[in-house]
Amino acid sequence: MALEQFAPAGVMIIIATILAFIILVISRIFGPHRPTFRKNAPYESGMKPIGPAQRRVPVRFYLVAVLFIIFDVEVIFFLPWAVAMRDLGVYGLIVMGVFTLMLIVGFIYEWKKGALEWE
Amino acid sequence: MEFNFITVAFIVFSLITLGGAIGVVTCINLFRGTIWLMVSLFGVAGLMVLLSAEFLAAVQVLVYIGAIAILFTFAVMLTRSITSDKMRFTRVWVNVISAGILFVLFALGVIYPVWVANAATHFPVTDAGLATTTDLGVALVSGSQFVLPFEVAGLLLTAAMIGAIVIARDADDEGN
Amino acid sequence: MPPAVPTEFFVMLSMILFALGAMGVLLRKNAILVFMSVELMLNSANLALAAFARQWNEMDGHIFVFFVMTVAAAEVAIGLALIVAIFRHKQSINIDDLHQLEG
Repeated sequence: MALEQFAPAGVMIIIATILAFIILVISRIFGPHRPTFRKNAPYESGMKPIGPAQRRVPVRFYLVAVLFIIFDVEVIFFLPWAVAMRDLGVYGLIVMGVFTLMLIVGFIYEWKKGALEWE
Repeated sequence: MEFNFITVAFIVFSLITLGGAIGVVTCINLFRGTIWLMVSLFGVAGLMVLLSAEFLAAVQVLVYIGAIAILFTFAVMLTRSITSDKMRFTRVWVNVISAGILFVLFALGVIYPVWVANAATHFPVTDAGLATTTDLGVALVSGSQFVLPFEVAGLLLTAAMIGAIVIARDADDEGN
Repeated sequence: MPPAVPTEFFVMLSMILFALGAMGVLLRKNAILVFMSVELMLNSANLALAAFARQWNEMDGHIFVFFVMTVAAAEVAIGLALIVAIFRHKQSINIDDLHQLEG
């Protein structure tokens, strides 16, 4: 049955939760806690901070994340087809080829547009 | 619904899901909002496992937590000046009351048909796996069922990719 | 083999999750948080679809969930790009500031 197969994952989740909790609590209880002004400074290295710490990130990072999300979904569409490939035969290959072709068009567009270059 | 392991798992995942949702709705810091969103989505993934939809649970983790929540994190970083604002709610009482009315309407519209009127749903469900990944692949790609939505989804993804590049690159040129 | 959780409880849970998402959409001022609440509502719909797919032992619900996830990914990619562009333009994504299209 399917649900029993997830027992290791459940055990791992429980152990990870307990472990993280134990580590946080023990370090809070036993670790020395003596804050000073210099220790609380953003960089604890004698440097004076210049300007606000919350600086905006360039849009290029967002562009990379968008490309990642699209190709992520595409790969997830590939997976069920790949599992059932033997049953589907040539017809499935053609259907998947059309699907891939459409995404390749988008890929070529972004390549030509220079979205993959960091500059 | 007696007390057993599956019931406990259902309650735990329900609490995770609803707690994450409450965290999203009430958070002050936007960054914590994205983390609460991830918590809630993880709870939904666990519930999908309980519904014997293992492939959908994996897709939930990969697409929602791995990609969509990350995209939200990036968007929060890009619009950084207001990660925490004091005025975070608009017209609190009107909106809470209207959401409550919506909930009551749902309760009337769902509880009556599902619990009372429709005796057909009262036959016991089993957790026997109904759809394997192979079944899903056959349904998606084989010509008789869902091949047209499948191709249209590919077209949608291409359109979304091109549109996002156009919009985001224009913003980039303007901002720098 | 223990008995499964009945479908009614999943429907109830999805109902509560949808109401919470709707409350977030109505209540929050930040456009990104409104978007996140929309994702919560989509997730509640997914949950109900998967629950009924198990109830009727049909696979169509699973296919539907799959496509909803795809559309959600595309929607988030475009929507967040729009939000970022709006922020670049107006230095604000407070939805109360975005009323230029009002008559």
